[in-house]
Order: sequence, then structure tokens, then C-alpha cells
Amino acid sequence: MSEQPTLGAATTPSVGGGPPVAGDISGASVRRGDRVFRGLSVGAAAAVLVIMAAIAVFLIFRSIPALRANTVNFFTFQQWLPDESPVQFGIAALLFYTLVTGILAMIIAVPVALGVALFINFYAPRRASAPLGYSIDLLAAVPSIVYGLWGFAFLAPHLTGLTLWLDKWFGWIPFFDYQLDNKPNNLTVFTAGIILAIMILPIISSISREVFRQVPRDQVEAALALGATRWEMIRTSVLPFGKAGVVSASILGFGRALGETLAVTIVLSNVYQISWHFTQTGGVTFASNIALKYGEAGTIGTGALIASGLCLFIITLGVNFSAQMIITRQRKGA
Amino acid sequence: MKLQRHGLVAGLVVGVLALSACGSDNTDSNSGSGGGGSSASGSASGGSIDCASGTLSWDGSSAQKTAVTQWIQQYQNQCADASINYQGQGSGAGRTAFYGGQIPMAGSDASIADEDRSKADARCSGGKAINLPMVLTPVEFIYNIQGVSDLTVTPSILAKIFSGKITNWNDPEIAAANKGVTLPNKTITTVHRSKDSGTTQNFQRFLTAQVPELWTYGTGQAWKAPGGQGAADSSALVQSVKGTDGAIGYVDGPDATKNSLTPAKLDVGAGAVEANGDTVGKAISAAKVTGNDQDITLDINYGLKDAGTYPAILATYQITCTKGLPAEQAKLVKSFLTYMASDAGQAELPKLGYAQLPSELATKVRSSVDSLSAT
Amino acid sequence: MAVTTETRAGTGPAGAPLRGRKLPMYAMPGFAVAAVLLTLLLWATTGFAGRAGFVVFAVLLFGALQTGVSFAVEGRRQAVNRLFTTLVIIAFLLAATPLVLIIWYTIKEGIGAISGTFLTHSMFRINPEQPGGGIYHAIVGTLIQSALATVIAAPLGVLASIYLVEYGGGRRFARTVSFFVDVMTGVPSIVAGLFIYAFWILALGFQKSGFAGSLALLILMLPVIIRSSEEMLKLVPNELREASYALGVPKWRTILRVVLPTAIGGIVTGIMLGVARIMGETAPLLLLVGINQKIEFNPFAGMTEQVPQESLPTFIFEQFQLAVGNTESEPFKRAWGAALVLIIIIGVLSAVARLIARFARVRG
Repeated sequence: MSEQPTLGAATTPSVGGGPPVAGDISGASVRRGDRVFRGLSVGAAAAVLVIMAAIAVFLIFRSIPALRANTVNFFTFQQWLPDESPVQFGIAALLFYTLVTGILAMIIAVPVALGVALFINFYAPRRASAPLGYSIDLLAAVPSIVYGLWGFAFLAPHLTGLTLWLDKWFGWIPFFDYQLDNKPNNLTVFTAGIILAIMILPIISSISREVFRQVPRDQVEAALALGATRWEMIRTSVLPFGKAGVVSASILGFGRALGETLAVTIVLSNVYQISWHFTQTGGVTFASNIALKYGEAGTIGTGALIASGLCLFIITLGVNFSAQMIITRQRKGA
Repeated sequence: MKLQRHGLVAGLVVGVLALSACGSDNTDSNSGSGGGGSSASGSASGGSIDCASGTLSWDGSSAQKTAVTQWIQQYQNQCADASINYQGQGSGAGRTAFYGGQIPMAGSDASIADEDRSKADARCSGGKAINLPMVLTPVEFIYNIQGVSDLTVTPSILAKIFSGKITNWNDPEIAAANKGVTLPNKTITTVHRSKDSGTTQNFQRFLTAQVPELWTYGTGQAWKAPGGQGAADSSALVQSVKGTDGAIGYVDGPDATKNSLTPAKLDVGAGAVEANGDTVGKAISAAKVTGNDQDITLDINYGLKDAGTYPAILATYQITCTKGLPAEQAKLVKSFLTYMASDAGQAELPKLGYAQLPSELATKVRSSVDSLSAT
Repeated sequence: MAVTTETRAGTGPAGAPLRGRKLPMYAMPGFAVAAVLLTLLLWATTGFAGRAGFVVFAVLLFGALQTGVSFAVEGRRQAVNRLFTTLVIIAFLLAATPLVLIIWYTIKEGIGAISGTFLTHSMFRINPEQPGGGIYHAIVGTLIQSALATVIAAPLGVLASIYLVEYGGGRRFARTVSFFVDVMTGVPSIVAGLFIYAFWILALGFQKSGFAGSLALLILMLPVIIRSSEEMLKLVPNELREASYALGVPKWRTILRVVLPTAIGGIVTGIMLGVARIMGETAPLLLLVGINQKIEFNPFAGMTEQVPQESLPTFIFEQFQLAVGNTESEPFKRAWGAALVLIIIIGVLSAVARLIARFARVRG
């Protein structure tokens, strides 16, 4: 973070350095109020580290006994039978479906969210833009359980046509190949991906919107004054300015998609077997597995679930880390 | 800024206060249009509840949730000072909370495991933890075959269907069991529970006992057989079966009843029967009682082949302490268990899709409940 | 290059667009009508069928027509511009469609359940299979749990973001915190729930309670608040800070009086998004809060002598499970009724937060 100029600084290049440098001006007159306030804010920041450390330590600590008792390869075994003897459980299927549903959601949500953010900031009438933005934010007000119910009761039954159509025209792609001869019930990875996409859309679009709103007005107007079309203005002024913000917004969305529980639990039909046929029933994610198995899990079972939680935790850590690298590099390039 | 945040919080608080001014529990036992209807039957048969007061909160099997919910409502309608709450998160969660001393009673589809025995007894400071069978649930087979409204299955057919050895409804073995019924040429879709459940466990025990050579996937709570569709819980399972022509799945009795589905008849070798109090009762009567003293653990004979029996069953136990609970809790637990085991309590079960305890077993359970310490 | 010449040709002395070759005003509606008619024709004469397919095909046709004609008449730049305008509008409609569908479906399924009794009564003494009862106890639980989480997370989050922007600078500690805020954003709700379950219930020996739920919600809410307030604080121009310092105002007063009021709109929006996110969370509450039919105002009520608070999401899930897929049953109707109420509560809270944000912006 430190190497990156803040967004504010980027708009006012005349001010060298970030706020902290400016803050040092008052360094000579540090008073008690300053010290207390600073202490409070440091404490609040430290709380983040404490919570994260506690989660990590606890997850590792609790999963060790279960991992010791496991008789199969934790990473390649697809089934989840921790309370049987012999103890057998592995995350291969969970990992596969968690990533697939998350990526599917990103493929659908990111372009749409970008379009929404652009529409609201640069296409919609000025007066309408706030209400429109607010209405899309309403998607975030819909609880995950409602997405689950809706996906189960409304979306899945209505996707039958699409599933069969995809099978007919794109059946040569394994993803869309529907091999069964009965009517699809659409409690599938594909449906889960769509639901997740809808769920993460408001997060990505609202943050992108905020970022685009910060695009310096003079740059926009300069571009338009030079005769650029609206799209050229967006391509030359808006997108480069907002790229990092959009990427980080997308990652926030991806993180939510990976860990989303109930909507996915209700929509997926939970088969512990890796399959590339995304429109056929199946799929189980880290989160849905925990939600499903928690109630009946024994001692080893609980430990195994926590071990899978640890994996999810590490994955999100990895995703966020790589995202940070991308953002840093982009900002350096720009 | 602080002011604004406080505004938000204040808004929340004001909202809570505003709501608190007008909300109420249904103190009038006849409030709600449904209360009247059901309390009529309740007061007719259950007028003799020996009430206790206080709050009882417990957790456990989701299979008995419908029954317990009904019992709680009946009990509370009669006993104004009692407040009972059943979470129904799962047998595992219930047992864990009970062993941990968080709840005074647990509902469980399995009796206390041997390795948990010492933990369980230790929790009942001075007493013993016991199993009391209270709710019998037939495992029923719901199907969706267009044009077919009467289907009979045998253990062998079930095992072959659910392991993918029979894949079409026009299979000769199914036809042989269903003389006079025309079964279509249609692929079979099997739907199983992918959430660990006592229903799955008892279904697998049934198959293993009946046709051990065909069912080799164990008797665990988790489903291990290949193929088929998974359904997270009974809602998804029922939805899947309803929405798929050619589907078959297994559910607890009440799940079929709630959806007005007619389950398949079961033929274990001596003729097709449907699951009802009589056939399930006969099957459970054949079970050995293995527990000692007050403990009533059933050793169900899933392999039963007698005429007129339906041995695909699930017995849900209430696990509690003979003594060692706080006095008020103990009184309420005992009073509620007494009601559950009473004729009035058991009479609620059949209409919900469960089966009553056969009278001999019910007597045993009642005497065991009677001997519970209420102090 | 073509671009430059065209620009020159298209821009008049006053800067007004005086392009010679431009599609007339009626061109766009014309293309739309043409696309729909052509699709109709195709649907009538060939084997194509289906409403959804019709819409998709008509839209694609419209895009192609418009881009093609524009390319021929106005040139590449205008054609690309028109194409992207269409794409952006389509994106917005795509986003709005599920919103409308979900809200419509929830209202359709839920409105029948809502009544005065439904909002002001609990499920105590009510058989869920029969009509009657309400969600008052669940509303109370959800509001108290969310308020508790917000009261802890909002000050903590804003303070942490103040550290990151105003004090942290390039320090390693600040970079670490910033990194872990990102990681924390990715902590799945179910893992937060499991963590509190083992930490608060298994390790510390507390009972399931509304407060345990709040703790998990707080973990989910904190990074959302920190990240959004951080972004907003960063956008505050340095000139404002410098002006304040120049007047001899101490740093902490500058932050409280100058920086925060400037960024307040975005910060409230961030807190609002945080509340919106946690109010709908179900997974951690299933592990930590449980099910209760009775009104319980005490968020600390545990299992042994009392019953932990209910919450709206767990209530919805419980009723959904009780319905066992039967869409005609009372629990199913109640689940949708409760879902509608939950959405309305979150919507109203968001609207209030927006109003506050707007009010503050004007004043700042």
C-alpha cells in the first residue's frame, strides 16, 4: 500500500507524497489528545491482526487431530467420510467446485457490474443516476438465504430451457453437455454460478461506481472537448483511472462468492464427485459442505470440517495476495 | 461523523423500542386460527397433562422435529407456565450439546455410542444417561413415474436401483413385483440425501440386513453408493423427486405426508404392505431391548421378513439423565417426557406420518420415565 | 489518421458537434423496431421458439444492425461508440432483471403472509404447520444482533481506517494490517461462525446466544467498513488537511473535524453495506444462535435455563426446512413473508443511511 500514491494524491500531483508526510507538519505540537487518538486507532488496527491470528491458530489447532486420523490423501480424495472407520475425507471435490462456481460467477458478474457502473456514471441522466445506483445496491440488501430460496423455487425451474438449449448447440463443450435423458432439475453448478454472480454484482458495481465517480471532471471534459466519443473518453480517461479499483472490487466479490454458504447449499445438489458437466446435478463447495455436515458431525467430523475451513481460508489469502500484487503492478505501470 | 453513526444506532434502538411496544407472545392459548383447531383434539385427549413450569431448551434429530413441534404446542397450550424449545439441528449437534452439559436432553437417531458412554454419564452428575425411544419413523420411498400411482418395491429392487444395477423402470424384476401395473420404459433417477442423516443410516442398515450381497456400501450416515442425484436435505430431495419424471428417493414418513405423496409399498418377502402404525409397530416389536435398568436401547431387526411388517424404520431416542439435572429442569423434562410417552402424546404421531410406539414398548418407556428423578 | 481528420471535420468552431454524416434521431428506434420485426419473422417462419430466445436474438440483431449501419454512415469511431453504449445499457438491464425478478417473486410469495398479527406476534404456542403466529421474535433478534455487531464494528473499523490513512504511512505494521483487512474480507461467513463456535462456545464455555451470533457478524462486517472508509479517507484532498494544520489545529481534531466530515458520505455508505451484508447472513447464525419460538430481548440468553434469540434468517431457513419442499404449506408462506420483511428492513435502513449521507455531504 505504501508505495502506491493514494487516489487523492493522484488527482493532485502538485502535492508531493501522501497524507502522512503532510501530517508531520504538525509533528512538533503533539498533544495528549493526539497520543490518545493515535493509540486508539493503532489498537483498532491491531484488532484486525488479533482476530485473524486467532482464526488461523484455532483452525490449525483444531484440524490437526482429524488430519492425523485421516487414512487417505487429504488433497486428492473426493469423498467426505470422516466419521466412518476407516476415516476417509479429502477436499478434491470441494476445492474443484468452490473454484468453478466462483470463477463462473466472476465471468458473469464482472462485465455486467462494469457496465452498470459505467452506465450510472456516464450514460444515465444525471438526475437518475443516484436512484439507479441505489436500486442496484438493493441486490445487496437481499439476504443470501432469500437468494437460495429464489434459486430453488424460481430460477432452477426456469433454467430448464436454457440448459437444454446449451446442450443442443454447445453440447460439444463438456461444460454444457447434458447427458441424462430426463428433464434437468437445475440444482447445479451452473445455477449456483448464476446465483453467486447476482449476489456479488452489487459489491463490484457499487465500488466501481464510487471509483469512477472520482475520475477528475476536467479529464473527462477535456477528452470530450477534444472531440472524443463517449466510449473513447471512457477508454482513455475513466478505465485507466479506475482499473485498480475495479480489480480490487472484483476480488472482494470473488472472496464473497468463494465463501457464500446458504444460497449455494440450497441450490447445489451435493455430489462428492468431480464432473465437468456443469448443467448436470452435482457439486459441493467448502462452505456448503460445512453447512451440511455440521449438524451430524462427530469429533473427527468437526475437525475435518475445520480443516476444510482452513483450506478455504488459505485459498482466500492466496487470492487476495495475488490481487494485491496485480494492483501494485498496475499502479506502478500507470 | 460520530453524530451520524449514533443516528444510525439510535435509529436501530428506536426501531427495537417501537417494536417492543407492540409485540407479544401468543399468551392466549387459542390465538391464531390454527390454535383452535388443534387444541380441540389436544384437550380431548391430553387433558391430563401433569404440568411443570419453566423453560426447556433442547436440540437433536431433525427427523423427529415435526412430532416434537406438535407435542410442544399441545403441551404449552395446556401448561401456561412452560416454555419448551426444540432446535432440531441434527442428532450429532444434539448429543454434543448434551454431553457438554449445555442442554438437559437430546433427540438422537442413534443411541449413546459406547465410546461416549463415560462422557454421557459424567454429564449427569450422580446419575446415568439413558436412551428412551419415543418417535418411530418409517423410511418411505417416494417416486414420480408418470401414470403410475401404485408401486411395490422389494429390498432387492431398492438395492439394485440405488446402486445403479437397475436403471430402467421396465426392468423384469420390478415388473415381477408389480403384477398388473404397466411400468414405462423410463430411466430411473435415484435421489439420495447428501447431508449425513439418520434416515440414510437406517435405510442402509435395512438394505444391508435384507440383501447383504447386493448392498456393500456400509451402514453409515453418509451415502457412499455410486451415481444418483444428491439432495442436501429432505426439501431438496422431495423437490427433486417431484420435478423429475422417473425419480425415486427415500424420506422420513412426515416428509411424504406433508407433501401428500403416496409412498411405494414394501414387500420383504411376504406380501406388499404400506407403512403404518400396525406394520411399523410389528417390526419394532420384534426388536430386542438391550439397555439395562431405565435405559431402553433397541436392537432393531432390519432383516425381518415376516408378513405384515415394515422393517425400514428409524427410531429416535430422547437422551437424558436419570438424575443430576437442576431441579426445575428435571421436573419439566420428566413432565414433558411423560406427555410424549402417554397415549395422548403418541396418538398425535400417526396423523403426522410417524408411527406410535407399540403398547408393550410404550409401557416400558413410561415406567422408565416414571422412575426419572424429578429433583 | 482517419480519426484526426474526422474529428476536425466534425467539430465546429463553437465546439458543438456539427458532424456532417450523422444518423438521424429516429434511427435508433427504427433499428429496434426492425430488429423486433425481423425476429418475429424468423420465429414465425423457422423452428426457433421461446420468449427468452426471442429477446436475446432481437437484442443481438439490434446491436448488429445499429453497429453495421453506423459503421457505414458515421465511420468506425461512432460505430464503436454506439456499440458500447448498447452494451452498457444491456449490462444495466441484465443487472436490473434479477433484481426485479427477486423482489417481484418475494412480494408475490410473501405479501399474503404479512399481517398485523404476523408482525407483532411470535411463534410461541403456534403449530408451524397451521396458520397463525408471526415473526416478531425473529425481527427483535435480528435487530438486536445487528445493532450489537454494528456498535462494536463501526467505531473499530473507522478507527482502524484512520490509522491506515492518517498514521500508518509506509510503516510495516500498517502494510500488514492493510493486507490482513483484505484477507479478512475473504473470510467466509461459515468459517467466522465455526471460529466463534470453537472460541466462544467450546473454548470459553459460553452458550449459544444472540451475542455469539453478533460476534461472528462483527468479524464479517469489520473489513467491509475498514476498506470502504479507508478508500473514502484517501479521497479527502490533502489541501484540506494542510489548511487545518496551518491554522494550528492538532492532528486528531483535524481528523475529527475536517477529514471525517468530508468523507462521511462514503463512510456511512460503507457501514450501510456492512449492515446489509450481515443482516442477511444465515450460516454463522445457524451454528451460533439457534431457534426460538418466543420473544427474547436478552442477546446473552443461552441454552441451559433460557433459549437463545431467534433471528430472521434462521427463522426463514427453519420454516423452509419445515415445509419440506411443499410450496403450498404454511411454513413456506411464512418463510417468504419473513424474507420480504427482512428485505424491507434492510432496504429502509439503507435508505435512512443514504439520507444521512446526503445530508452530511451538503453540510460538509
